[in-house]
Amino acid sequence: MEAFTLLLHGFTVLLVPKTLALMMVGLLLGVFVGVLPGLGGPNGVAILLPLTFTMDPTSAIVMLSCIYWGALFGGAITSILFNIPGEAWSVATTFDGYPLAQQGRAAEALTAAFTSSFIGSLVAVLLITFLAPGIASFALRFGPPEFFAVYLLTFCSFVGLGREEKHKTIISMALGLLLAAIGMDTVSGQLRMTFGFAPLMRGVNFLVAVIGLFGISEILLTMEERLALRGHSASIGLRDVLKVWKEMPRYWVTLVRSSVIGCWLGITPGGAIAASFMGYNLAKRFAKDPSTFGKGRVEGVFAPETAAHASGTSALLPMLALGIPGSGTAAILLGGLMVWGLNPGPLLFVEHKDFVWGLIASMYLGNIVGLVIVLTTVPVFASILRIPFAAVAPMIIVFCAIGAFAIQNALFDVWLMLLFGVVGYGFKKIGIPLAPLTLALVLGNRSEDAFRLSMIGSDGDLRVFWSNGLVGTITTLALVLLFWPLIGRLLEGVTRTRRPAKA
Amino acid sequence: MESTRSETPIEASDAAGDASPPVVHTPAVEVFIYLVLLAFALLLGVDNWRSGAGWSQDGPQAGYLPFYLCVILAGASLYGLALALVRRSGQPKIFLTRDQLRRVLQVFVPTLLYCIVMQWLGIYVASFVLIAGFMRFIGRIAWWKSLLTAFVFSCAMFVTFEIAFDVLMPKGPLEALFGF
Repeated sequence: MEAFTLLLHGFTVLLVPKTLALMMVGLLLGVFVGVLPGLGGPNGVAILLPLTFTMDPTSAIVMLSCIYWGALFGGAITSILFNIPGEAWSVATTFDGYPLAQQGRAAEALTAAFTSSFIGSLVAVLLITFLAPGIASFALRFGPPEFFAVYLLTFCSFVGLGREEKHKTIISMALGLLLAAIGMDTVSGQLRMTFGFAPLMRGVNFLVAVIGLFGISEILLTMEERLALRGHSASIGLRDVLKVWKEMPRYWVTLVRSSVIGCWLGITPGGAIAASFMGYNLAKRFAKDPSTFGKGRVEGVFAPETAAHASGTSALLPMLALGIPGSGTAAILLGGLMVWGLNPGPLLFVEHKDFVWGLIASMYLGNIVGLVIVLTTVPVFASILRIPFAAVAPMIIVFCAIGAFAIQNALFDVWLMLLFGVVGYGFKKIGIPLAPLTLALVLGNRSEDAFRLSMIGSDGDLRVFWSNGLVGTITTLALVLLFWPLIGRLLEGVTRTRRPAKA
Repeated sequence: MESTRSETPIEASDAAGDASPPVVHTPAVEVFIYLVLLAFALLLGVDNWRSGAGWSQDGPQAGYLPFYLCVILAGASLYGLALALVRRSGQPKIFLTRDQLRRVLQVFVPTLLYCIVMQWLGIYVASFVLIAGFMRFIGRIAWWKSLLTAFVFSCAMFVTFEIAFDVLMPKGPLEALFGF
């Protein structure tokens, strides 16, 4: 009940004309970057971040999170009309969405996608509303060892549960942690890995790296693949919307299943992509006629979209409650929080109530307004894709440069951005994942601080990470997850040797 | 799964790209990247060793964690390197064809020039030049369209950042002429 009153308070923070206007601007910008080829959620948020530098934190985060919702909605437009997934997690949407568009049922597919995204997000936001305050107040009792254990858990689960080859994930993460350590050491005040080069003393800024890794490298990749945009045009009439909505209750099992999968995988780091595929595959497996999937079935749009958006939204839960982002975009939003001088983590719920509940309220409002906006403006945004890429590409580069420069007012950062662009391009081409690097960059300093503070507290005794039940459980869990592939193989071996004995 | 997606634009363009001769294969690039990562790990590792990678009275010294991160990075890179060298069976995947390389350079070189020019002309003039040039020479869009788009976009950026949001950008002689 307390959450409810606080949420109402959040709405009063939000219902100011200026904030509402920023919300609309954010949503439109978001759909715009979501629709543009080669841009998506994380890139859009990173590139548009400088716009918010001079705002107060609440307006800034409302605008940014609306950019994010908008980008999520926009990704569905390109997946369905052009068969180009805006993000990795929209891939599953193209399986049935594009065939629907080919059959001239684009309006239905789009309505289904938008509505199911809305439902997925709504479930996740409800989860955040009622769960986050509890987790945060629990985490208030955390000391440095507990925090380090939680960070360790995040890193380990990326390595152990990720789908990429393990050594590639480890490379990406170690590189991120190393880059985060460049500059002044916060505990001893010593300079590290600067090689006497003045611009490096400030360290490598997380957002500069993100703009390069995602923005610039994506432009290089898009150019290389030479995306030829041949899509279907669509406009959504009220009749289409009502038709889909009338059909929707029939698929309630799919919707609920996908929401649950999405929420669960969203909270564990790096789960959004897995969520959309899992939602799709499970819907297919439980359907009476699985062979009709992939040929244009509305349910095949409902399932992945609901899961992807539930996970995209619930990825914000650990970020708000613990200061640990569950996805790449959440990591960028976290980077934003630090720019505005807010310290993400459980204290946020105590010290900045307005901010947190304003953000949560904006998730509700942003999704509702977003749904209305995309349903009404699809033709406009679909026509954006007909702008030649030769005009869009340099504009995106300009945005990236402006963003990289504005973060610290340093021209050196523009060069750094270019370097990261090349690195990101190379990594993507040989399959080194970028998400662990992003996460490590944003959490690097905080986890090192936590580690060294716990070491100071325990006089350098590593047993502090098993000093009580809570921290011991988290640390052990982290190690189990790290070695999960090995453990899984062992268990498989055990059951395989047992089974013949039983039979 | 039924392949109803065979007429996708992406795949069609890929097929066109295959006709162009390959410039470099993926294993070669993998080896190169792992070697660079290894060198990077060694360089930083030595530096951290010098700033103290030991364990003092109150826990780890400044270089302790980064040093071991370098060890991990070097180890993982060596593993990747060995894997890339051993796995050489069958037809190696093509990393870039000549056409693809040309297209990547078409966007990379202008971006590089843009970053250089920005130092003297400021970000807005450089952006104007980049957009107009890119649209005209790479997109082969009519002169008037290119110039007009570039002008409108650069002005919009100037108004948004410099005037509306107070975010200061590097400026050059042209802006100084107008008193900014």
